[in-house]
Amino acid sequence: MSDKKTVSLALSNVSHSYGTTSVLQTLNLQVKNGEVVVLVGPSGCGKTTILNLLSGHLQPSTGRVQRTGNIRTVYQHDGLFPWLTVEENIAMGLRSVSDTAQREKEKQDLVELIHLRGFENHYPHQLSGGMRQRVELARALAGQSDILLMDEPFSALDYQTRLRMRLELVRILEQRPRTVVFVTHDIEEAAQLADRVLVLSSRPATVCRELEILTPRPRDLTGSTVIETMKTILMELGLQH
Amino acid sequence: MINSKHTSSSQKKLQILLPVLVLAGVILLWIIITYTNLFPAYALPTPGAVLKSFKEEFESGRLMNDIIASLWRVAVGFVLSATLGIPAGLWLGQHLYARQACVPMLNFFRFLSPLAWIPFAILWFHIGDKPAVFLIFMATFFPLALATMSAVATIPSIYFKVAKDYNYKGIELLTKVTFPSILPQIITALRVSYGIAWVVIVAAEMVGCQDGLGYGIWDARNGLRLDSAVCYMIVIGVLGMGIDRLLAQLTKLPNVRWGYER
Repeated sequence: MSDKKTVSLALSNVSHSYGTTSVLQTLNLQVKNGEVVVLVGPSGCGKTTILNLLSGHLQPSTGRVQRTGNIRTVYQHDGLFPWLTVEENIAMGLRSVSDTAQREKEKQDLVELIHLRGFENHYPHQLSGGMRQRVELARALAGQSDILLMDEPFSALDYQTRLRMRLELVRILEQRPRTVVFVTHDIEEAAQLADRVLVLSSRPATVCRELEILTPRPRDLTGSTVIETMKTILMELGLQH
Repeated sequence: MINSKHTSSSQKKLQILLPVLVLAGVILLWIIITYTNLFPAYALPTPGAVLKSFKEEFESGRLMNDIIASLWRVAVGFVLSATLGIPAGLWLGQHLYARQACVPMLNFFRFLSPLAWIPFAILWFHIGDKPAVFLIFMATFFPLALATMSAVATIPSIYFKVAKDYNYKGIELLTKVTFPSILPQIITALRVSYGIAWVVIVAAEMVGCQDGLGYGIWDARNGLRLDSAVCYMIVIGVLGMGIDRLLAQLTKLPNVRWGYER
């Protein structure tokens, strides 16, 4: 699990382009151990590209990606294998655990953690969107994972479910701390979840503002920290003056 | 709740009743046409004559023998083409260049009626099970391989990303990610190509065999026994439907339901 590594994840001078379209320009990003970094930016600015570079699904055109530890990604939707049950999907994350009894216990714990007892044998298409995302989260947390990359994991959900899932994530990370890089276009989400928010410019993406938020989680949606942070992000994005 | 249960049970009754009514209508029409002598008796047998020949064929054991012969040929040809066609499709689906190279040729053979192979089937395999099995194989291999191939080629890339995150590699990637993700489409392809096989077997047996349902029809024609031919036609249709119902059960497997429900 996430133990005393100093820097888990870093991009140094990374640029990336698809064909002639430059998506990222000399981007630098250092993620500290146990930190929750949220990337916000206009759609199409290259947020997902950053995650793909971090996870190794994509190699940068120039620059260096440094990562130590086991990385798992939580996707926006359809990340679960539809032919596996809730339990079997979660068990994917425990493949490296060789002890059967321990694996079984860990699986039960995770089902408990995401409050889906009784749904172990359901298939993803039999669950609601919020439940599916909880299963994905449990799968990503299972076993030897150190870093979670979250690619707009709640953006396919309705507003109220999204609010609830934020609280869930905070509660779950409380119990199982991980280093998190979270990509979203939802500034509320950023303000409620992040230790650090990076506001990205439109393509080619560069970091145009970095905000540290020291108030501990869970943070009240209408509390002053969240409101202030949202104001700052909105101004940075040119949506408020 | 009670109301909805009531409607669903009466709907079920309708589901059975309506087709039975249509069947009764068709038989009635048949009786009327034969009764009015619209066609000469030798050209259109009466339902009674067909029933009688059904009894005859059944008691002589010939019908049973023909059913078994046909089922066996279809089964062998079909299993053969599935065991070769599905892996071929899996491989082609994963290799773009192989796909580009082979698809035109595969398509060519798919659109070539399997019956065109009859002269070759008889020259190469003479008379008996073999030419029929060969024709079934030629009829089903290409659609199965092509369907599997396009299913593999359109697997959402997210599954492979997830597979990479969770360390699925090599044979495990194939059996635990690629194959289950296309299984619903494979089942559909099996049903479609089984349908082709069942149609082709009748024609195949008319020329290359001394028994089987297709031969039964051919033999009845030669003896001007159209009552017997109709009896064989009914058996072919009913058996075809029955086996398709069996294959349809595959779609009820819990780990493929997702492919049909969303």
